[in-house]
Amino acid sequence: MSRKPYIRPVPKTSWYRKHDRYKRYIIREVTCIFIGIYTAILSFGLLNLSEGQESFDLFMATLRTPGALVFHLFALAFAFYHSATWFNVTPQAMPLMKGDDFVSGSLIIRVHYAAWAAVSLVILFSVIVVGA
Amino acid sequence: MSEVRTITMEVLRYRPERDSDPVLQSYRVPCPQEWVVLDALDYIKNNIDSSLSYRWSCHMAVCGSCGMMVNGEPMLACKTFLREMGDTVRVEPLLNFPIERDLVVVIDDFLEKLKSLKPYIIRKTEKPVEEGTYLQTKAQLKRFKQYTLCINCLLCYAACPQYALNTDFIGPSALALAHRYNLDSRDEGYAMRQEMVASHEGVWECSFVGACSEVCPKHVDPASAVQQMKITSTKDYFLRLLGGKR
Amino acid sequence: MAQSHKPIIWGPFAAGGTLAALIMPVLIFVTGVAVPLGILPPESLSYNRAVTFAGTWLGKLILFVFVSLPAWHAAHRTRITVHDLGVRADRLVAGVVYSLAATLTITAVVALLRI
Repeated sequence: MSRKPYIRPVPKTSWYRKHDRYKRYIIREVTCIFIGIYTAILSFGLLNLSEGQESFDLFMATLRTPGALVFHLFALAFAFYHSATWFNVTPQAMPLMKGDDFVSGSLIIRVHYAAWAAVSLVILFSVIVVGA
Repeated sequence: MSEVRTITMEVLRYRPERDSDPVLQSYRVPCPQEWVVLDALDYIKNNIDSSLSYRWSCHMAVCGSCGMMVNGEPMLACKTFLREMGDTVRVEPLLNFPIERDLVVVIDDFLEKLKSLKPYIIRKTEKPVEEGTYLQTKAQLKRFKQYTLCINCLLCYAACPQYALNTDFIGPSALALAHRYNLDSRDEGYAMRQEMVASHEGVWECSFVGACSEVCPKHVDPASAVQQMKITSTKDYFLRLLGGKR
Repeated sequence: MAQSHKPIIWGPFAAGGTLAALIMPVLIFVTGVAVPLGILPPESLSYNRAVTFAGTWLGKLILFVFVSLPAWHAAHRTRITVHDLGVRADRLVAGVVYSLAATLTITAVVALLRI
């Protein structure tokens, strides 16, 4: 009997709508848009800073506009999602052995969350206190 | 007597000699509490329609033959209880593979890829038999043990969107098995496997969706293996740029 | 099989992703939410403070890394996502996103060197 294998078409632009785990993945990937735009804002801010007080104050005033605030609130939410999804997979990317067994994944995740909290506090602390 | 419930099994049929496209066919199956999807398929084949084709062997999640889509999720038919499902259960052949007939898929592509990764212990020189066996510590065994649990059921390939979009990708379980031998203290084949692993079709096609690990019935965690290999491949690459050797 | 040169892209992507995970939420909170809304006093990010910080070599290095690595991370992930969403012009997309990341980095370097 002759063979005639059937190849099912793959919906190239809508495959991720078929399952929640793919939707979660796409949301994780889309966080990069916000992070990318924010780095652009940061580098634009540095450019303004290099041009003197007037430019810089104008830049800071722009950050107070409603549009900028809405963007940053969204960016903040997506940045949190990026951090959580990034640290949650660290035991898979970097499993660690101690003695005859693996260090528990939840411990590896907790250490990363602790580092995240520490770095955040250091940055926050230096903005508020240092030089104030 | 256990309770018997009649459910509708919707099975995707494809008979190459008469169908141009696969079609869904429904069967009414009276199933007791303890039945798994595979039992219902056996019931259909033995009592309703002997022409139904599907693969199975061990009925205990060891052989890896009965992987199929159950209500859209890649599952082992022998490990999926019908009592946990509704009154209609849809069964389709594993996604991302060509359909040979009904629930049987063509897995030649996977077998070729697996072979190319040399999933066996490679030694530069074999130790003479009289010198005894290769000994391993508990830790050395633990390092790769989880990857030995793979039964090649291919659920991970059916779940992987990158394999779906590009079947040139070597894919989850074959890479996980390469990693299994790379991690083995008795093995010396890392460099040989790396030719495939670090190629375009190797680990770099993976975007760490993680679906492979979520559907794996043996908790092998292929996504973990692939990410670890990305890290080692990256270290290798930069070491080679610096003129060093691994 | 040819060895892929992906590590050149993936190394900074992974480093940038890790750095972004550590610093992005707090940076966005400070510069985009807390200071503009007055949760933190405006002097926290005054011109003088910013210039003083960016005037030191350590400050320049920190700001350079904070822009360049996350920018590279975002660029690479954008490339992958665009591909995942069905656009198959990978070379073009890669060219555009990596150039954007490079432009941001160069802008930051030029700005920092002028401060």
